This record gives sequence, structure tokens and C-alpha cells, in this order.
Amino acid sequence: MALSSLQSGKIAVYIQEYQDKPGALLPLMHAIQDDLGFVPEESYKPISKAYNLSVAEIHGFVTFYHHFRTHLPGKNILQICRAESCQAMGSEKLENYCQEKLGIDYHQTTKDNSITLEPVYCLGNCACSPAMMMNEEVIGRVTPEKIDQIIKEARES
Amino acid sequence: MSYKIFIPRDSSALSLGADKVYKEILSESKKRDINIEIIRNGSRGLFWLEPMIEVETSKGRVAYGPINISDINSLFDSEFFLGKKHNLFLGITEEIKWLKNQERLTYARVGITDPVSIEDYEGLDGFKGLKNALKLSPEKIVQEVADSGLRGRGGAAFPTGIKWKTVLDAPSEKKYIVCNADEGDSGTFSDRMIMENDPFVLIEGMIIAGLAVGADQGYIYLRSEYPHAQKILNEAISIALEKNYLGKNILGSDFSFSLEVTRAAGAYICGEETSLLESLEGKRGMVRYKPPLPAIEGLYGKPTVVNNVISLATIPIIMDKGANFYANYGMGRSKGTLPIQLAGNLKQTGLVEKAFGISLRELLYDFGGGSATGKPIKAVQVGGPLGAFLPKEQFDTPLDYEKFSEINAVVGHGGIVAFDESVDMSKMARYSFEFCAIESCGKCTPCRIGSTRGMEVIDKIKTGVDQEKNVSLLRDLGDTMVNGSLCAMGGMTPFPVISALNFFPEDFGLEKTETSA
Repeated sequence: MALSSLQSGKIAVYIQEYQDKPGALLPLMHAIQDDLGFVPEESYKPISKAYNLSVAEIHGFVTFYHHFRTHLPGKNILQICRAESCQAMGSEKLENYCQEKLGIDYHQTTKDNSITLEPVYCLGNCACSPAMMMNEEVIGRVTPEKIDQIIKEARES
Repeated sequence: MSYKIFIPRDSSALSLGADKVYKEILSESKKRDINIEIIRNGSRGLFWLEPMIEVETSKGRVAYGPINISDINSLFDSEFFLGKKHNLFLGITEEIKWLKNQERLTYARVGITDPVSIEDYEGLDGFKGLKNALKLSPEKIVQEVADSGLRGRGGAAFPTGIKWKTVLDAPSEKKYIVCNADEGDSGTFSDRMIMENDPFVLIEGMIIAGLAVGADQGYIYLRSEYPHAQKILNEAISIALEKNYLGKNILGSDFSFSLEVTRAAGAYICGEETSLLESLEGKRGMVRYKPPLPAIEGLYGKPTVVNNVISLATIPIIMDKGANFYANYGMGRSKGTLPIQLAGNLKQTGLVEKAFGISLRELLYDFGGGSATGKPIKAVQVGGPLGAFLPKEQFDTPLDYEKFSEINAVVGHGGIVAFDESVDMSKMARYSFEFCAIESCGKCTPCRIGSTRGMEVIDKIKTGVDQEKNVSLLRDLGDTMVNGSLCAMGGMTPFPVISALNFFPEDFGLEKTETSA
């Protein structure tokens, strides 16, 4: 899919903004993803030219980090913690509950495009396990009822 | 006159509805025409009582919790704003046994202050350590840190003073202070709590580190899962800049230091210091060979101090109260205190800062109150996903780097995750491999491939395929990973796996033998 001129324009601005910054790729990719929702593969070429890196290096960078995605996600991102503390409090059942309720697996998006489901390995909310994060909001002591509520709110938003 | 009410803004408290409690109390006070002042403080770390609110009274602050939205009407009815009794009344906060029995040094201000109020910070000994340090030579500062016995709180427990000395002695025009805030271990949240609830103490620690080794630039490498901490840190940094605690000629001295937050991108391996440096340089977080040590050739090849949040946040109190004050806490070669995080299946989870030497049993039962489900605790994992599982026979082990090392376990970053008897330890062992496979940087073969092979071998053992052979293969694989990996990811993943196998063979479908326990 080709980028819109708005998207390309934004990417060009960010490339310039971080051009002289040491370690530019990390803040650059965050800036692009925070704005566009993802890091389009079409951005690799202009970045490679401006930063004197190969496209392979940029691809290697983006795909190394779990946080970056190369496709547009749903309107909301729901992350379920799969780490030990949450497992000790029954997160596996919640994972199954979520996946069944949404009808999707991890790294997938619901048909109505409202929610993308992602696993996460620790949210630092281990004293309130099990935990999840809806966009940037952490939710503790998650129950199926809380999940129902969160999903409902996300779908209505 | 207005009544002072404290409602925490820590993200764990928020995850339990602290913001909703805040809004409801505010609107109810307006409805009832009661004049209140709300302060968004940090959390005291008693998470089983969160959202926990406090009210200032002539006898000190009193607490109520855990608060539900539905409790707010009755709280107002019983005039909680005057500190009066209610069924959620917990008494004077400082007198709550759980808090009173702690030794809070690094966490001295956490939960008490408004995290971004520099006046609150200064009012409770803030920047005293820096002011002392500014009067000392770099060598003296480094000596003080060395004398305190402080060891790296990220998990490796390397003496902080020695690391600083190496950087101080490395000749270079440019040096860096890097704070490792990529707190990825499950069961840990002490870094997050410092950054969200007392950010100035970390900033002060980093400035002192810069002063000690001659670095003028600091980075906080912060995990992307902590957006709330990022906002608070950035707010605190800009306030510190305004007040000239950061920037040029700090407090009229010759010393200048700038500090910025770099947001990570969700790779567990970037908590390993060399991988972190690669990532900061804008590359894939591939682990580097050591030597050269980062203290000699670190960020952009320059001498670099890489310290964990807690290590750096402990520096101000050492420089304020002196090395001896700090070193008087603890046992053996584990000096000072550790912010311990009680997590997982425990009734009373939260942050317990104690001197080294406290036993696991005291932490699990006296502080933790036993399991949340009421079933017996079967195992605990200490020190994150690379730490061993400990069975109840080992619960009397004192928290001490050397004592833990004697039983092939690690204190690590001080996270303790408890599991009740419903846990299947073979599943946990398999998960350790799965996590390693997902998070390995891929540089070392034993870690990259061994982790996947390990899952398969556990599956075979569980389904009864050539059990004897496969158990020996699993131990052999563990050996290869421990000895053949560059960093702790591959080198320590076998710890939880083999401990699970040794102590809970029945969960793998094996007979319990004499040697197993």
C-alpha cells in the first residue's frame, strides 16, 4: 500500500528532526509510530538515504523490537501480561477468555477494527496481578467482568 | 480552612481506580460544600490496600483503603476528612505494621510527597547529598560510594564504587551516565515506583554520578511499557533544569550535566547493559562481547557508568548520611537495604524495603500474609524470569547475595513471585524457555536455538518419551547454555528450568528421587 502524501510528509519532517541526534533511529521510529500508528516499510528508503544506512539495517532495527509494528493496528491496543506474576494469579484463563471473546489470537485485530490483541511481558503492575494495558492505561486485578467492561468501552469509543 | 487529602498517582494505584476515586471525592466534596485540597502523592507501596487515601490530621496522616467508588458516600458521611473512623479506616499511616516494620532509605520519601513537587523533595532532605558531593573531589565521592558497600541493584550485584572508579580513571574528554530503567523482570516494580513516585532522587543520583566520574551527559533508558513514568520523569527533569539542579554550572559550580529520557521499544534483552548501549546508539539490541567493559568503552565507545535505577537512587542518601550510615544495614557482603517487591499469589503484595538478611519466610508470611488464594505456597521465584524457583524447604534462606548464590539462586532485582499449589512447575520451566526464545537477541547459539530445543525436550519428558534420556539431555542443554552464552539471558535461563526439575520432578511426570530434593 502506498503512503498518502500526508504520511510521507510527516515522515520527512521526523527524519529531519532527528537527523543530527545521536542514536536517532530509536526516537525516530517512536515518533513515526506514535503519529501514524505504525512504521510503514515505505519509510525505510527515505530514512536509509538521509541517515546513510542500508534498508536492511533499518528493517533489522524495526523488526528487532517488539514495540514497533509495520502494519496499522486496530483503534485500540489491548496488551495482556503473560509473565510469571500474572500467571501465578490465573492470567492464562484470562488470555483464553479474551481471545475467545474477541475471536482473535495474539497479534491480530478484531473484524470491526476496534481492538488489536498483543501479549506483553510485564507491565510492572505485579503487585496487582493479573494485569493488562488498554492503550496507555494499566488495569490491575483483572477479572472477566473487567475485561467485558474494557472491551465494551473500547468498542463504543 | 481546607482539609488535606492525599490520593496516589502511582500507576498501580491508578490501575485499581485511583483516578476515579479522585474524581468522585472531588465532586462529592463540591456537592456537600466541603473545602478540601487534594494532593496526588505517590503510593506507599501497600498495594493490597490501594487505592489507599490519606487525610492529614493533627496526629499525623491517617489512611483509608482499599477504596471503592461505592465507599465514598459513606466516607463523607462519617467525616473521613476529619480523620474519623470508618470501616476502611487503617489508622495512622506510619503506624501500619507493614510499613512500620520496614527500613526505608532509598524509599524514604516514596508515597509521602507529591512526586513532582521539588519543594516537597527539598523539604525532606532532597539534594542534600548533591550539595555535600559538590564540596568533595571526585575521588572522595567514589570512595564514599565504595565504602557504603552498595552493589548494583539491577541484579548483577557488582560493587558500584569499583565501577565508578574504573570510569573515573578512564581518560576521556567525554563520558556518560546511563540509567538502566528497562525493568523487564516479572515481579519487579521498584524502579517504576522510584521514577513515578520520587523522580528527583534518581535525577540527584545521576547528577552525583556525573560529578564523581566526570560525565556531563546522562540518559535514562526507560522501558516503553512505562508511559506514566516517562511523563513524570520528563516533568521532573524540566523542573530540575529550571532550578539549576541540571544544566550549566549546577548551583553555581563548574559542573554541568544534562539528562534525557530515551524510550525503549519492548525488548527484554535491552536490560542487559551492552545490549542497552547498542539500542541507545540506535541499533538492534545485540549483546556485545566483554571486554572491553562499558566502564572503559561504553556508549559511543566512551567510558560509561551503566547503573540500575535503584543503585542510582540510593546514592543521594549515602552522600547525605555517609557511607557508614548505609553500610550499617545488611549482612555479610550485602550491605544496606533492598527494596523487595512482593508479587504474584500473595495476600499482601507491595514494596518492602528491608536491610539484607531478612528471610524469605518472613517476607512471604509476615509481610505477604501467605497466598492470596489461601492455598499453601508451593514455590517462589526470586530475581525475575532468570531466577531459580525455590521450594518451601528453602524459605529460611536469608536475603543475601552470597547465601542465595550458595543454593544456585539469585536475589537479582529483588522481585519475589509466589505460586500456590495449583502451579504446574513443568509448565513454568517450559515457559522459561519460551520466554528466552522470544527475547533472545540471537547472538549466541545456545540461547537462540537451545531455548526452542528446551521446550521440545520438556514436552517429550512430559509425554513420557524416553524420559531418562531426555532428562539427561535437558541437564546437558542447561549446562551448554550456562557455559556457552555471552550474557545472563542464555546463561541463566536454565536456573529456573533445572530448579523446577530438581525440586518438582513429579510435575514433569517423573518419580521423586533422593537426589531430586
